[in-house]
Amino acid sequence: MRRYIVAAIFVILAASLLSIPISFSFGSPIATDMDDYFIEYGQVQTAANNIVTSVVFDYRGFDTLGESVVLFCGVVGVGLLFRRLMEGEEYEDE
Amino acid sequence: MKMSKIVRTGANILYPLVLIFGLYIVLHGHLTPGGGFQGGAVIATGVVLVIVANSYEAVTGMLQKVVFKAQESIGLLLFIGVAAIAITLGLPFFYNFLANSGSIFGLSVPFGPNHGDLNTAGLIPIMNIAVGIEVWGGLTVIILSMLSGLDRKEA
Amino acid sequence: MLVFGTIPYLVIVALAVIGLATVALKRNLIKIFLGITIFESAINLFLVSLGYRDGAVAPIFTDAPSTEMVMATPQALTLTSIVIGVATTALLLSFAVLIWKHYGTVDTDKIRRLKE
Repeated sequence: MRRYIVAAIFVILAASLLSIPISFSFGSPIATDMDDYFIEYGQVQTAANNIVTSVVFDYRGFDTLGESVVLFCGVVGVGLLFRRLMEGEEYEDE
Repeated sequence: MKMSKIVRTGANILYPLVLIFGLYIVLHGHLTPGGGFQGGAVIATGVVLVIVANSYEAVTGMLQKVVFKAQESIGLLLFIGVAAIAITLGLPFFYNFLANSGSIFGLSVPFGPNHGDLNTAGLIPIMNIAVGIEVWGGLTVIILSMLSGLDRKEA
Repeated sequence: MLVFGTIPYLVIVALAVIGLATVALKRNLIKIFLGITIFESAINLFLVSLGYRDGAVAPIFTDAPSTEMVMATPQALTLTSIVIGVATTALLLSFAVLIWKHYGTVDTDKIRRLKE
């Protein structure tokens, strides 16, 4: 009985999730003014053949700075969790 | 727990080829699909191949965590430093002051399909190299930390 | 035909529901983390498929067949999202290893007390 209720809830969730992208038209986006500017003037202004790289590193370089800092903090967190105890340290239990 | 001799020899032969392919993806980020993050992930996969084929105890002497932590910090500092040099010239932060200029990476490119020249695109190849160094060091530190945290059962 | 135009969206909704069902119904901790990863892959796929134009090529000018190109900005946003997913997955799996060392099991029905 319980698994039928759970299956019905997931079917209702899938149907309601599907109703959102159906209204989009696949293959003809609506608002493309900014990307038309990037494709037309990106090669002349930044002298790079790859438009995606010039968007990531030149037009939106601040987002890439934030992403590098997030990756650095993730690596610092993993290195912190696997630390060995130094001499003269012990676990503190209250 | 190390693999057989065939697997070890194959991994030791394949690792320089994977390294050169990853560095090609990083360096040509402004001409072909790729860039700093993708190339750094490919190089880190080559390092993991060497660690898995030879066992972790045999690799511990040569690949130390301290070297890769320093490499990751140097990559991030190079990325921020190159972007901050533009402030000393009176331009905004992150301004591409080497593009279309005539200096080290500054050739001009007209509009339209062409065959691609490595001398173009200003500050972008330098930032690609910095991010590639950072991702290589970061992913290798994650792998080495997780492997050192497991206990070995005495057989 | 209406059905062929929406195949990418059907795949995205299927992946999202599979990911959410794995997080809600499974008991092993590693399987829950894999469900989170599947859900992040579905969202990245949705972000890339929003910028497609019919009959256009990739936005790269090196030996390009034509100058009609797809949108380039959603691909840049997806790059950032994938890297943040990698950092999150690394931290989650480190927590799983530490829980296994402390409790001896990764079954969430047996890890109920906060401090044991």
